[in-house]
Amino acid sequence: MMTDTPLLQVKNLKKHFPIHGGLLGLVTAHVYAVDGISFDIRRGETLSLVGESGCGKSTVGKAILRLYPITDGEVRLDGERIDNMSPSKLRPMRRRVQVVFQDPFSSLNPRMKVRDILAEPLINFGLVSGKKDIDEKVEALMDKVRLPRDSIRRYPHEFSGGQRQRIGIARALAPGSDLIICDEAVSALDVSVKAQIINLLVDLQDELGLALLFISHDLATVEHLTHRVAVMYLGKIVELADRRTLFSSSHHPYTRALLSAVPVPDPLAKRDRIVLTGDVPSPINPPSGCRFHTRCPFAFDRCKTEEPQLRSVGDGHQSACHLDHVPGGQVVPMAA
Amino acid sequence: MSATSIEPGSFTEAPRLPDVLPPAKERGKIMGFVHRHPTIVIGGALVGIMVLIALLAPLLGTKDPTALAPSRRTREPSATYWFGTDMLGRDVYSRVLYGSQVSLLVGFSVAAIAAVVGTALGLVAGFMRGVDAVVMRFMDGLMSIPPILLAIALMALTRASVKNVIIAISIAEFPRVCRLVRGVVLSLREQPYVEAAIASGTRTHVIIWKHILPNTLAPLMVQATFICASAMIAEATLSFIGAGTPPIIPSWGNIMAEGRALWQVKPYIVFFPAIFLSITVLAVNLLGDGLRDALDPRLAKRL
Repeated sequence: MMTDTPLLQVKNLKKHFPIHGGLLGLVTAHVYAVDGISFDIRRGETLSLVGESGCGKSTVGKAILRLYPITDGEVRLDGERIDNMSPSKLRPMRRRVQVVFQDPFSSLNPRMKVRDILAEPLINFGLVSGKKDIDEKVEALMDKVRLPRDSIRRYPHEFSGGQRQRIGIARALAPGSDLIICDEAVSALDVSVKAQIINLLVDLQDELGLALLFISHDLATVEHLTHRVAVMYLGKIVELADRRTLFSSSHHPYTRALLSAVPVPDPLAKRDRIVLTGDVPSPINPPSGCRFHTRCPFAFDRCKTEEPQLRSVGDGHQSACHLDHVPGGQVVPMAA
Repeated sequence: MSATSIEPGSFTEAPRLPDVLPPAKERGKIMGFVHRHPTIVIGGALVGIMVLIALLAPLLGTKDPTALAPSRRTREPSATYWFGTDMLGRDVYSRVLYGSQVSLLVGFSVAAIAAVVGTALGLVAGFMRGVDAVVMRFMDGLMSIPPILLAIALMALTRASVKNVIIAISIAEFPRVCRLVRGVVLSLREQPYVEAAIASGTRTHVIIWKHILPNTLAPLMVQATFICASAMIAEATLSFIGAGTPPIIPSWGNIMAEGRALWQVKPYIVFFPAIFLSITVLAVNLLGDGLRDALDPRLAKRL
């Protein structure tokens, strides 16, 4: 049975990090890592958060996990606000949102056996009783991520990167979570292992009805597993669309640039590439108006002064670009 | 289209993960351990011998270490007086044996006290950002004074006794542990496995106990052995300059201090306690080095 409330609702989320400087360590500036973003994730759905490094996409994940307090905005899980919940009330909610990190080496405690790593969330949420029960549930988790059962008494360093990432996924599955935040979960893996882990995630999603927030810098990876994509630039979402729309008829020039940078495995293919010049501006002092105007090949005067809002440009398709609202300004959709 | 080309946008089915894991580390018998961790074995054996000597001093000693015998003073080492006698006719061999009691007691106590106090304060500083600045400036203040000077100053405030020597050296040494633990805690807090533990509802005290402390153990162990060794040297130094263990208790520093005047004519009075001190310090350092390697499961190393 599906309810109308999305599983996760993020509204106008902001996270600014203070920068301390000077002799007295006073706050001298802020890093506007995430500056007002909103999105929903429905049950069983994958939403990908894509952007260059430093655009704030990992910060979004950690803010949802409440690894640090947010500056402003709302995060709702099943309609209930979790961003301002007291730690004691939050603990049971944590069961439902879990995380898989990028680095398969630092994401597992080197001094704990796999069994203890996987047992930890089970014990925390009171999901097990007794040693035998723990062993059984841990072995079931190993089955789910296709790892051999008899390896639960090994230490993480005895596993390869892909195997360790599977352990990380098993840990995220352990408490019976509804949403798993995959923070660059496959970026550190080589291509064949990456494919295996992606297939595993897709299989698990089908099997368990999981929702995934898939944070990645790589559109090519995202294309194979996502339902919807949100493109981030410098702390803002610039375009949000379902996969088909985004990959076939994206609106925002930044999305176009990202798409044109995806390598195509055909050396003879002719492509119009949009090559961005310059670096991502500093999130400490973001550009006025549209944050992308300093690198946008289509920028005009209005972009420098007025910030474009994220507005609907089609069925479930949102874009934040002035061109969308200029008659005839819409650039011809890029060929898929 | 050739058979090997991959269509864009489609995934070929990846083969299942090969279930090949490296063989479990063979848990050898005693010889296996000796082979894997020779420094632990050598250091541990030497420390063990020193502990035995200290414990069995009353049995091993041939004479009362404090018995004066002016008629037999400054005898060369011989069958009766293995390490000779000092300028008051006391048996240097027996005195060196009893001296090991003081050195080991001071070394181990200081290491234990500094490790416990330093770890506790380091954890507090690392976890409570508000307390951090205060605690660390205080530690900076303590560390700006050379430890041996601080110990001398502290000893000047109190009566000479082994207990006070331990306290004075502990105060001089624990800031090092505190600094180290705080640094390790700060880096461990940011580790993804700690963040994952927080996300999976682990309570703070469990995180400290299961995720932070075990991972501070290796550097802490090395630091503790280093402190143990330097505390023994500090005790000897304090005793040597007359600011440490009271002269009636034989300690290696005291024996060396008393033999100093006769160094050019009767060097053995200084030589024997110095040899014992060096070997003990070396043994403790070897043990610490070996433990660090053994405690770190990532370093499956051979010498």
